[in-house]
Amino acid sequence: MTACCPDPLIVPPDQGLADRGGLERWVREVGPGRLRLEALVPGVHCAACITRIEVALRAIPAVISARVNLSTRRVVVEWLAGKARPEDLVAAIAGCGYEVRPWLPSAEADDHKAEGRALLTALAIAGFAAANIMLLSVSVWSGADAATRDLFHWISALIAVPAVAFAGRPFFASGARALSRGRLNMDVPISLAVILAAAMSLYETMQSGADAYFDAAVTLLFFLLVGRYLDHMMRARARSAVTGLLALNSTGATVIDALGARSFVPAGELRPGMDILIAAGERIAADGEVVHGQSDLDRAALTGEPLPETVRPGSAVHAGTLNLTGPLRVRVGAAGDDTLMADIVRMMEAAEAGRGRYVSLAERMARAYAPAVHILAGATFLGWLVATGDGHAALLAAIAVLIITCPCALGLAVPAVQVVASGILFRRGILVKDATALERLAGIDRVVFDKTGTLTRGTPSLIPPIAAATGDLELALGLAQRSRHVLAQTIAGWTARRGIAPADFDSVTERPGEGLEGRIHAAVVRLGSRPFCAAGDKAAGAPDSELLEVWLARDGKPATRFSFEDAARADAGEVVAAFAAAGISAEIISGDREAPVAALARRLGIEVFRSGWLPGAKATYVEALEKGGHRVLMVGDGINDAPALAAAHVSMAPASGADIGLAAADFVFTGDRLFPVVFAWRLARAAERAIRQNFGLAIAYNLVAVPVAMAGHASPLIAAIAMSSSSLVVTANALRLRLMAGREPAP
Amino acid sequence: MTALAILIPAALLLGGIGLAAFLWSLRSGQYDDLDGAAMRILDDDRDKAPPPDRAKAKMEQDGEPL
Repeated sequence: MTACCPDPLIVPPDQGLADRGGLERWVREVGPGRLRLEALVPGVHCAACITRIEVALRAIPAVISARVNLSTRRVVVEWLAGKARPEDLVAAIAGCGYEVRPWLPSAEADDHKAEGRALLTALAIAGFAAANIMLLSVSVWSGADAATRDLFHWISALIAVPAVAFAGRPFFASGARALSRGRLNMDVPISLAVILAAAMSLYETMQSGADAYFDAAVTLLFFLLVGRYLDHMMRARARSAVTGLLALNSTGATVIDALGARSFVPAGELRPGMDILIAAGERIAADGEVVHGQSDLDRAALTGEPLPETVRPGSAVHAGTLNLTGPLRVRVGAAGDDTLMADIVRMMEAAEAGRGRYVSLAERMARAYAPAVHILAGATFLGWLVATGDGHAALLAAIAVLIITCPCALGLAVPAVQVVASGILFRRGILVKDATALERLAGIDRVVFDKTGTLTRGTPSLIPPIAAATGDLELALGLAQRSRHVLAQTIAGWTARRGIAPADFDSVTERPGEGLEGRIHAAVVRLGSRPFCAAGDKAAGAPDSELLEVWLARDGKPATRFSFEDAARADAGEVVAAFAAAGISAEIISGDREAPVAALARRLGIEVFRSGWLPGAKATYVEALEKGGHRVLMVGDGINDAPALAAAHVSMAPASGADIGLAAADFVFTGDRLFPVVFAWRLARAAERAIRQNFGLAIAYNLVAVPVAMAGHASPLIAAIAMSSSSLVVTANALRLRLMAGREPAP
Repeated sequence: MTALAILIPAALLLGGIGLAAFLWSLRSGQYDDLDGAAMRILDDDRDKAPPPDRAKAKMEQDGEPL
C-alpha cells in the first residue's frame, strides 16, 4: 500500500513555501472563527497517502477537519482562527514528503461546479419522471381501458409537466439564446419537440384522447441530459487539469523592500524596481538584472541549451530560468512590452489568431441537422393538412417527426466517446485540456518534436561507469546531499539508490558557481567544477565541452569524475518508429547547438532536424507547415516552444514543462516516457472512428424511423422503443473504446 | 381500481424516496471525490479515526459559546 508514497526521509520536504510566509492570501473565512485553506497535493495516489496527510493535519490541535480529495488531488483544511498559521498546515503536509501548493478556487470554478450539480439534479428529476411515466405508459400500451387510461394519462401529466419545466431548462435557455442571436442550434428543435409534445399530450389528455407522448418527452430529456452531463464532465476534467497544473507551477518571488522586510508576491504582481530574492533551486519569476550574488542558471526552458550559464552582478536574467547554485538578489526590470516573456506571449497570440477556430464534427453536424429537422416537421404538417384537411392529425404527425428526429443519439454520440476516451487517457497520466483536441489529434500527418526536455529528459543523468571506490562515493553523497544544485542532487540520488551511506562531515560550505567544500577528520574534500577541484592539469582525459562534469577532490587531489548528459527518454526511438510506421514523419526543431541535435536525430532515425532556432523561428516554421496543408502535432516543453505549440494543429507538452507551454498545449502527459504521445494518438484515432460510427448509426436510425413518423405511424410505443434503443447502441459503441485501450501496452 | 389506488401512490412514494435520497447525497458532496471514496474503503485505520468534524467538541472544550 505504501509503495507509491514518498518516503519523507529520502525526499526533502518542500519547506520553502512554509518558510517564506505570506500564505494568508490563500485563506478564506468560512464561518465565525473558522478558516479554510485549499491546497494542491499532486503526489497523492492511494489510501495510505490520504490517511497519512489527514492524520498529520488532524494531529494539529487547531484543525477542525481535513479532507483529501483524490479525484482533484486537493486537500481542504479547516481550522480555528488564531490557533494555527496556514504555514503550519502546509509544513505538516510537506513533512509527509508531499509537494504542496496553496490554491484559491476561482469564482469560475465554483460556478462550474454548481452547473454540474444543477445538471445532475435535472437528470435525477428527469430519470424519476421517465421511469414512473414509462410504468404507466406500458399499462396503457398493454390495453388499459378508457377510464383507467385517462387516469394514467392524468397522473403522467401531473408528473411530466413539472418535470419538463424543471429538467428542460438547460435546453430552453440555450435554445432561446441561440434564437435571440438569430441562429439555430441543436437545442431549438429539442426544446420545440419537448414543449410541443408535452402541450399536445396535455390537450389529448383533456380530450380523453388515445395517444399521449408524455413518456417520449421526458425520456428524451433524460437521454439528452445524460449527454449534456457527460459533456460537462469532460470539460470539468479538462478545466481541473489546467487549473491544477498552472497553480502548481505558478511562480512568485520573495520581495525585499527598502526596510528589509520580506514578503512573498505572485509573479503577476511583481513591478519594475522591486528587489526579489531567488534561492538556489528556485525558478526566477521575472526578467531583471542581478544586483547581488553569483550563481549558475539553467536556461534550457528558454533556449533549449542544457549547459548552465554563470551570472554575476550586472548580468541580465530572464523569467523562467532556474537558479542552480547560489542565492541571487535581482532587480525586476522593465515590465510590459520589453520583456522576453511579453515577446513570447505576443508570438503565441499571433499564432493562435492565425490558426483559426476548429469547428468540431458535432458542430458541423448540428449546423446541417437542425434546419433539416424543422423542414421535415414543417413538410409533414403541410403535407397532412393538404392531404386530409385535418389540422389535429397533421400536428400529431409533425410532433411525432420532431420527437423521432430529436438528436438523442446524436447528443450522446460525441460526449459518450469523448468521456470514455479522456477517462482512459486520464488514468494513463495524460490530461486532455481541450474538448476538440482528440478530434484534431486523430487527423495529424506530421510530428514535430522539441529536443531538450521533450525527446530528452531535460534533467542531467550520470553517465556510467563511475570509476570510484565506495569510500569516495560516501564522501560524494555526504557533500551532495547538502546542496539543492541539480547536479549535486543527481549524484545524491544515484549513490543513495545504490545503498551507499553518506559520510558524516564536520562542516560543509557551498560556494556558488564553484561547488561544495567539506571537512572530515581534518581532511578537506571538495565536490564541484573542474577548476574548483584543481583538476585542470593533473586529470586524466581532456576537458569535454559537450559534457557537464563534476569532480570530487580530496586534499586538493582530484579523485573521481562524474559526467552528466541530458539523456534521451528511453522510448524516444520507439515513438519515432511508431509514427513512421503509420506514414507520419517526425522532425526535430531545437534551440540547442547543432552537434547534440544532429547526434540525437541520427540515433532516433529522424532525417529532418533544425538547431539553434529562436522561439519565433519555431512558430513560423510550424505555421508554414500548416499553410502547406500539413496537420502538425507539436510536442514541446519549453517557454521557447510555446508559440510553436499555439501555432500547431494540435500540441502536447510533458508535465515537467514550463507553465506557459502547458497552458498552450492541448494535451499534457506525465511520467518519464514519451510513449503517451503515441498512445494518445492511437486512442484519438479509435475515438474518431467510434464517433463516426455513432453518427452513422444515428443517421441510419433516422432514415428508417422518419418515413414511419411522416406517414403518421409513429405511436408513442414505437417512439419510445426507437429512442431508447438508439441511445443504448450509441453508448455501448462508445464503451468499446475501453476494450481497445486494454489491448495497448501500458505506458 | 382499488388496487391501483394503493399501488400507484406506493410506487410513486418509493420512487420519490429514491429521488430524495439521491438529491440529498448529491447536496452533501458524496459525488465530489469518487476516486477517493473507492480508496478509503481499503483503509483499515479509518474505523478508528476520529470523526471528520470535531468543531463542536473542540469549541465546548475550549469553553467558547457555539
